[in-house]
Amino acid sequence: MRYAMAIDTKKCVGCSDCVVACQTENNVPIGYCRDWVVEVTDGTYPQLEIEIRSERCNHCDNSPCVRCCPTGASHYEDGGIVLVTPNECIGCGACITSCPYDARYPHPDGYVDKCTFCIHRIKKGLEPACVSACPTKCMYFGDLDDPNSPVSEILKVRKYKTLIPEAGTGPQVYYLI
Amino acid sequence: MREEIIVSGRNNYLIDPHLHIWHWQIPLYLFLGGLAAGILFFAAFFTLMGKENKYKAAVRIAPHIVPWILVVGLFALLLDLKHKLYFWRLYTTIRLESPMSWGAWVLMLVTPLSFIWSAIHIKRIFPKWDWKFKILKDLEAFFTKQKKAIAWVMGISSVILGVYTGILFSAFNARPLWNTSILGPLFLASGLSAGAAVIMLLSRKHKERTMFARIDIGIIVVELFLIVHMFMGFLASTQVQINAAELFLGGPWTAPFWIFVVILGMIVPAFLEVLELKKFKIPVVIPATLVLFGSLMLRFLISYAGQESRWLY
Amino acid sequence: MRSRRDFIRISGLGAGGLAISASGLGVYKNLASSPPQGSELSVDTTRTPTYCEICFWKCAGWVYKNEEGKIWKVIGNDEDQHSNGRFCPRGTGGPGMYYDEDRLKTPLIRTEERGKQVFREASWEEALDYIAEKIKGIAEEHGPECTALLTHGSGGKYFGNLLKAFGSASIAAPSYAQCRGPREVAYHMTFGEGVGSPERTDIRDTKCLVLIGSHLGENMHNGQVQEMSDAIDKGASIITVDPRYSIAASKSKYWLPIKPATDIALLMAWIHVIINEEWYDKEYVEKYTYGFDQLKAHVQHMTPEWAYGITTLEPDLIRKSAKEMANAAPAVIIHPGRHVVWYGDDTQRSRAMAILNALLGSWGRRGGFYNPEKVSIPSWPHPPYPVPGRTWKDAYPDQYNLAYETLASGICDATIPTLSKACNFKAWIVNGTNLIKTIPDTEKTLQAIQELELMVVIDTMPMAITGWADVVLPECTYLERYDTIRDSTHRKPAIALRMPAAEPMYNTKPAYWMAKELANRLGLGEYFSWNTIEEMLDWQLKQVGSSLEEMQRIGVKTFDRTYDDLYFQKDQDMEFYTNTGKIELYSTALAAEGFDPMPKYTAHEEPPPGFYRLNYGRAPSHTFGRTANNALLKDLMEENTAWINPKVAGEWGIENGQYIWLENQDGIRSSFPIRARVTERIRWDSVYMVHGFGHTNKKLSRAYGKGASDSELITKVHLDPIMGGTAMRGNFVTFKFEPKEEEAAS
Ligand SMILES: Nc1nc2c(c(=O)[nH]1)N[C@H]1C(S)=C(S)[C@@H](COP(=O)(O)OP(=O)(O)OC[C@H]3O[C@@H](n4cnc5c(=O)[nH]c(N)nc54)[C@H](O)[C@@H]3O)O[C@H]1N2
Ligand SMILES: Nc1nc2c(c(=O)[nH]1)N[C@H]1C(S)=C(S)[C@@H](COP(=O)(O)OP(=O)(O)OC[C@H]3O[C@@H](n4cnc5c(=O)[nH]c(N)nc54)[C@H](O)[C@@H]3O)O[C@H]1N2
Ligand code: SF4
Ligand code: SF4
Ligand code: SF4
Ligand code: SF4
Ligand code: SF4
Ligand SMILES: [Mo]
Repeated sequence: MRYAMAIDTKKCVGCSDCVVACQTENNVPIGYCRDWVVEVTDGTYPQLEIEIRSERCNHCDNSPCVRCCPTGASHYEDGGIVLVTPNECIGCGACITSCPYDARYPHPDGYVDKCTFCIHRIKKGLEPACVSACPTKCMYFGDLDDPNSPVSEILKVRKYKTLIPEAGTGPQVYYLI
Repeated sequence: MREEIIVSGRNNYLIDPHLHIWHWQIPLYLFLGGLAAGILFFAAFFTLMGKENKYKAAVRIAPHIVPWILVVGLFALLLDLKHKLYFWRLYTTIRLESPMSWGAWVLMLVTPLSFIWSAIHIKRIFPKWDWKFKILKDLEAFFTKQKKAIAWVMGISSVILGVYTGILFSAFNARPLWNTSILGPLFLASGLSAGAAVIMLLSRKHKERTMFARIDIGIIVVELFLIVHMFMGFLASTQVQINAAELFLGGPWTAPFWIFVVILGMIVPAFLEVLELKKFKIPVVIPATLVLFGSLMLRFLISYAGQESRWLY
Repeated sequence: MRSRRDFIRISGLGAGGLAISASGLGVYKNLASSPPQGSELSVDTTRTPTYCEICFWKCAGWVYKNEEGKIWKVIGNDEDQHSNGRFCPRGTGGPGMYYDEDRLKTPLIRTEERGKQVFREASWEEALDYIAEKIKGIAEEHGPECTALLTHGSGGKYFGNLLKAFGSASIAAPSYAQCRGPREVAYHMTFGEGVGSPERTDIRDTKCLVLIGSHLGENMHNGQVQEMSDAIDKGASIITVDPRYSIAASKSKYWLPIKPATDIALLMAWIHVIINEEWYDKEYVEKYTYGFDQLKAHVQHMTPEWAYGITTLEPDLIRKSAKEMANAAPAVIIHPGRHVVWYGDDTQRSRAMAILNALLGSWGRRGGFYNPEKVSIPSWPHPPYPVPGRTWKDAYPDQYNLAYETLASGICDATIPTLSKACNFKAWIVNGTNLIKTIPDTEKTLQAIQELELMVVIDTMPMAITGWADVVLPECTYLERYDTIRDSTHRKPAIALRMPAAEPMYNTKPAYWMAKELANRLGLGEYFSWNTIEEMLDWQLKQVGSSLEEMQRIGVKTFDRTYDDLYFQKDQDMEFYTNTGKIELYSTALAAEGFDPMPKYTAHEEPPPGFYRLNYGRAPSHTFGRTANNALLKDLMEENTAWINPKVAGEWGIENGQYIWLENQDGIRSSFPIRARVTERIRWDSVYMVHGFGHTNKKLSRAYGKGASDSELITKVHLDPIMGGTAMRGNFVTFKFEPKEEEAAS
């Protein structure tokens, strides 16, 4: 089992519903976030292009955050989901500095927090909150090992990229381009 | 024009506008760790060389401050932790891939060793010291007999500790400025240099002082060599590392780095030490303090600037 | 090269930065007492139905509570055609409105002169008695017609009934003269029917979507954005006409970067090409339309080359995009837009769009415009309403005969006494509309307010308008109340229920309760003869084959269509509600009123040297000014920015992220500074900003002073002569580097 997410930059309108949906679903404190939206504009008026990406933890295959965690609080779950166990985390910040995507943040309660791929939802057969809220339906989630999962299906037919593959982290959030 | 904006979110405290999760605590902790490593290394080294009597300050005096340095260092680390009550979690597991874990365990080893070392040499400082209880006296006798063995363990673990202070940073692939294997040797060298400086300060024998001045000059030369190589490595590497190096080559951290670390912390003290060897009268506090200052600044600047460096995407 | 980091670093300076998170923390305590970890969170927590009130798309959804019984999240109802189970960011952020600690908490009565914002707290008894007495007095002296209701939002229905029972028909919403009025009139003139809300556009199945300004994706009207995405999936092409590189433009096959205020020229050139190349739907035009020959003659000189000189759009691009539409026809939509009060000739521009749709045969066709249907919910039985002697319309005896709804701006005008106006309003009930920021030319609005003997404001937040009220009545949020049953139109008729998910916080009450209490005090109790709202809703629901119990369970009930008439049948004979019974390319009604029966391009004023056209629009995460203080949404975007083309910024030496002030052609400078966003996405002749920021009420702890207000800078209004729409895009701004003198002095 290998959970992954694919996000269609051609359909995403950058509305940030994924951000609020995550915030309410996961009670992410105000002033913090587990996901965010980046908009890149290239060109000169009127020859322009925009790429919009909703970003979050990439649940890397080879994640430096897990490697550098001194307590094992950061760990892999079934399906490759990278999680933090709050009461094993000492809040040393090593994982925060080790993540090339700045996907983690120190929760005001002391431990380090980040996207969980909404594991509490997927265990119940639901989609992650951001995926199920996105009004443009531009996010796909599922098991890469299952060729019929939404994410496998879309990656079969679309061109895609990942973020900083050269960092060697093996990111599992794919951007359809 | 390329415009790249974060439309929403990413207002995480300490992460944006740029990462700053580690403040003074970590660099101080690393400095103190490196300093302790340096002192212990020289103590172990000269013990094993059988030169205990020649280098008294190195073997018998300076190590007394190490336990306190380590305690302060560990306290700084504790202050850095945001989830302090779970501190003990560091010691429920050994994570070979995690430098933080290495550090915790090496300190677990080095700190008691440093106490033992201090204990078996306590009478050098307080000649009238009395252990009072028999068991303590027996222990002292036992450890004194095992001194060579202890020195071996201490020597090796202090090198690990010294290297660790640099590896802690260089393991973070995500911060291009840290992502160089030179940081390990550089921080080890810097720790040794700081250790040598402390020994110089505490030594009352001219011979011992000049010996350590010589050692220090050697280390500083190695450090300068490592720094040049580090930048050459960066500049020959990817755009992100070039950008990282530019933080110190024209970027916002250039002046502090070259002035405090390289000139005041290395070149000037080395020069003064050379003068000293050439029989000029230089008060030892000046080069020694400068070296300590430079060593501290190195940690601070690498820590702060490193957190600013990042991958582009 | 600048990285994204640099930009955030800049934007992290100044007021933002750390202060944000610090101030947010307090709210977090309210919002989330225990952050869920792992799998504990139960997904089956009790849920109650609602429909969203953060904008007027009215998506139906579910309110979930956490284990402690506190409101946790709102998500869409899968059965709902407005939301399809997915809310937009503003709707998802709804709980932020409920938890806002700056809310109005108890009734207030003004104690000092108007606008000074000095109030005393009052009980509901006292406040309602006060209002009833005042209103009775005004009715005795001037007649009940002199009370007007200005309303935007669900609770307005109850106040509307109250007003009608009282004897006044002057009920206005800013969603007409300040928003979609011109388009409704234009579509009535053309097809005999309006576009309505939600728009009857069949975007889901279209092959070509043409957006004239409509910035879907930033304009987050949920269903449309969802369907635009579906259409992209199905390979539809999008054509966007917008002087700004909008998000929609970035998804488009053709983006036409038109010179602002010249759209009619482009539209006429398209009509010219489509007629002259014979790309129009001949059968459809023949069978259903009136005035084709006049139109053909009318557009003969309106060639793409002619339009090029006006719009700066290459003739080839005009032709190619026309061909694209024709190829897709009839599954093509020239989107009618929604906020269409731009330059004063807006009904005519909307007419040109309607005509284009008619030529391409998209009205009544799959992928074009469908025929919506609704469930008619009967009103609770009540005595007949008295017939008012006068209405706002009497203030305009010979004007705006084609306006089918009341003009909010018209009520303003009619409140300021002049010899020529026969009806002067003495009392306003203002429900859920922030008139100060909503109706352009604030000075005039304030002048009208100063003429009133009574202004009651029903709101949830201490917005600018509440500061001018005589009595402020705090309504509970939509998450805490029952409301009118949503019966808006769609492909299939459907109804949705809103019920309270929590008890009202503070001393707040729902609109229906206030209206009923006022009715009792005004001796109009028989119009509100239900005992409880549940009783009334249950009765209403039973009339259409449901019940309150059922709706509480399912939230949304969808019915089958009465006839299979979502689209025209092949060769169906159609009678349109126009004078000729046909789709009028040539409008007989406009001709009769003395207006151009077919649209013409007229030039509009251009910005003087050193000035730039003030363009404004929506940000996906906010609704007008109402969400600026919502902690969840403020977190996404806490202030607006002034978009400035890099060339212009260079000339002025303006740096990205720098705070500047905007000053308009009448010397009005923004109260607050606004951050410059130097971006290629805007033309060099315009400045763009998102509407809804620059709040002046200090009681809005998060929104006060953040960003600048476009409303403030819109002091020149071009009235649409046909229906009285208040066009707002004819204002020009320049840059200033310090605040207004009074500001600086104080
Ligand atoms: N997120 C969010 N969504 C909303 C709302 C909200 O408050 N927030 N409000 C809702 C309401 S009530 C309405 S009425 C709608 C309004 O939304 P729309 O109907 O889409 O409003 P417009 O005024 O057409 O959109 C503004 C766009 O017009 C462009 N524009 C400006 N001048 C010109 C011009 O001369 N020609 C052309 N072709 N384009 C021009 C601007 O650059 C901008 O992209 O949005 C609705 N959706
Ligand atoms: N300058 C400028 N003016 C504009 C526009 C623009 O883009 N720029 N857009 C125009 C358009 S398209 C429109 S539709 C109008 C919209 O105009 P309005 O509907 O007036 O919009 P808001 O500014 O959101 O004001 C809504 C008010 O309702 C309150 N409110 C929110 N929820 C509730 C509730 O549940 N109950 C009650 N009683 N009150 C509530 C809010 O606190 C706020 O004070 O503005 C128009 N005016
Ligand atoms: S919710 Fe969907 S469309 Fe909106 S920003 Fe997120 S990914 Fe993009
Ligand atoms: S994105 Fe960052 S936090 Fe997530 S798994 Fe990869 S390295 Fe770890
Ligand atoms: S902050 Fe927590 S999760 Fe991160 S490395 Fe330290 S202990 Fe592990
Ligand atoms: S998967 Fe869940 S935790 Fe991750 S960003 Fe989406 S909503 Fe947040
Ligand atoms: S479009 Fe968004 S704000 Fe409007 S009603 Fe729907 S969910 Fe609410
Ligand atoms: Mo509107």
